[in-house]
Amino acid sequence: MAELDKVTQAILKYIDELGFEQEGAFNLRHNGASLCHGNSEHVKIVKKEDKPGIDIYIDGETDGEQVHIPVVLDASGFTDKVYNDFHIEDGANVVIAAGCGIHNSGHEDSQHDGVHSFFVGKGANVTYKENHYGEGDGDGARILNPVTKIYMDDDSVFTLDTSQIKGVDSTKRETEVCLGKNSKLFVIEKLMTHGEQEAESNMEIQLNGEGSSAQIISRSVAKEESSQVFHPAAVGNAKCNAHIQCDSIIMDTAQVRSIPEINAKHLDAAIIHEAAIGRINDEQLIKLRTLGMTGEEAENVIIEAFLN
Amino acid sequence: MLKVENLTFSVNEKGVKRTILSDISFEIAPGEMLVITGPNGGGKSTLAKVLMGIEKANSGRVILDGVDITDHEIDERAKEGIGFAFQQPPRFKGMTVDKLISLAAGEPKSETECCELLSRVGLCAQEYIKRDVDNTLSGGEMKRLEIATVLSKPHKLCIFDEPEAGIDLWSFSMLIQQFEEIKKDKNQSLILISHQERIMQMADRVMVIEDGRIAGIGKREDILPTLIQNGPSCCAYLQRMEGQEA
Repeated sequence: MAELDKVTQAILKYIDELGFEQEGAFNLRHNGASLCHGNSEHVKIVKKEDKPGIDIYIDGETDGEQVHIPVVLDASGFTDKVYNDFHIEDGANVVIAAGCGIHNSGHEDSQHDGVHSFFVGKGANVTYKENHYGEGDGDGARILNPVTKIYMDDDSVFTLDTSQIKGVDSTKRETEVCLGKNSKLFVIEKLMTHGEQEAESNMEIQLNGEGSSAQIISRSVAKEESSQVFHPAAVGNAKCNAHIQCDSIIMDTAQVRSIPEINAKHLDAAIIHEAAIGRINDEQLIKLRTLGMTGEEAENVIIEAFLN
Repeated sequence: MLKVENLTFSVNEKGVKRTILSDISFEIAPGEMLVITGPNGGGKSTLAKVLMGIEKANSGRVILDGVDITDHEIDERAKEGIGFAFQQPPRFKGMTVDKLISLAAGEPKSETECCELLSRVGLCAQEYIKRDVDNTLSGGEMKRLEIATVLSKPHKLCIFDEPEAGIDLWSFSMLIQQFEEIKKDKNQSLILISHQERIMQMADRVMVIEDGRIAGIGKREDILPTLIQNGPSCCAYLQRMEGQEA
């Protein structure tokens, strides 16, 4: 069992909400190299030979198993690009905890670009949790640019649960999903930016199969001078249902652009989008203050609940 | 317990001063229940908000247990023992019912405690406890939850702004029971803004507010017959009072 230093242990608590353990199927990437890894009966993790990254093979007998593949960067001035491919067999049921944390105490920028591709078999059910976190007292930036590509076969279900609440100076997230017949996609995106942080999230959902559906919920809070851009797009190429909901709270001098796009290319494609940006509701603040909270405490409670 | 002296509150509407409350003075004794009634737009809800610190009076004083709280903020008044139930409570995206109750109680409440509290206001607890306090709850459900937040801990003074509004008949009966329970506790005083005769029948005293002024205040048995006799029009009531004075 690999010994983990305190910084790594602390970051893992933020980025792996399910709890990282060196057992079962896992791979901890630390400063561009695998620090420890393990396989289970149904999940095999294989290092790529042609480029940095791993292939994760999840067999059809997998039933509710967790796979942990976190990334920790604590070397200032380090840029890490990694390609992780998930091969999920028909009928598998798996929970994958990924995520990346950067501790930067230096003057140079630290960056992680994770390119994750999911090949989801028929009837498989995948829950993918990806938390991003940054810390450290250096003035070097903490940058995360994830790319997520999901190819869903018929009758599969994919839940994409992403969260970036603290410490990442710049992020550009690209997500592409193709849905097969009767497949279901759930996306929950939570984001909070502060200081001068910048965040951009582009998402393209191609609903190709008849009976496919997608629900995209994005909740964000932009504080201080930070800026955010959301561009989720749902394209209905068959009889399908999709719902995009983007809600943002804006504070101080922050800026939020929300550009939901719906594109129907089939008569029976039913696609809805909702987008709302607004400040914290005064009535909510007052209600919580009548319960004995200060304005700042009330604000924190509202934000925490909103991003819950 | 509560002493209100010469409260005045006005707003500036497009450069024109409009007086909402004018020279309001009254007192409430410990354990007393005061029902404030009167026509819509008369200033009842504004008075309740001024007492809670949500609106700031232009002049006058609010004294709670001998302490001048006129300049105290909302949260300070809450900590000093004032509870407040809104006429139209706000919704919170992402906040569950049990979380809101725990926040209101000032301490984590167990599932059993939350259920017991919700049952008291007529909500089938198990169905509600993990629901979000958002648009999925009806107006009546929100209203009952709002009342539950005030009931979640004891206060020196509870203020309920039209608690009956939007509540069905069955839940209203349960609500009456809750007010009776509070009334039994001689340490808690109650201010209820209401148009409901059944609530007024519970009051120790009734205060009528119209056009921002106290049109009458007195024992329930003195005020209520006059109010009922003259129908909902407080103007008629006021005229009668003025006639008596003349």
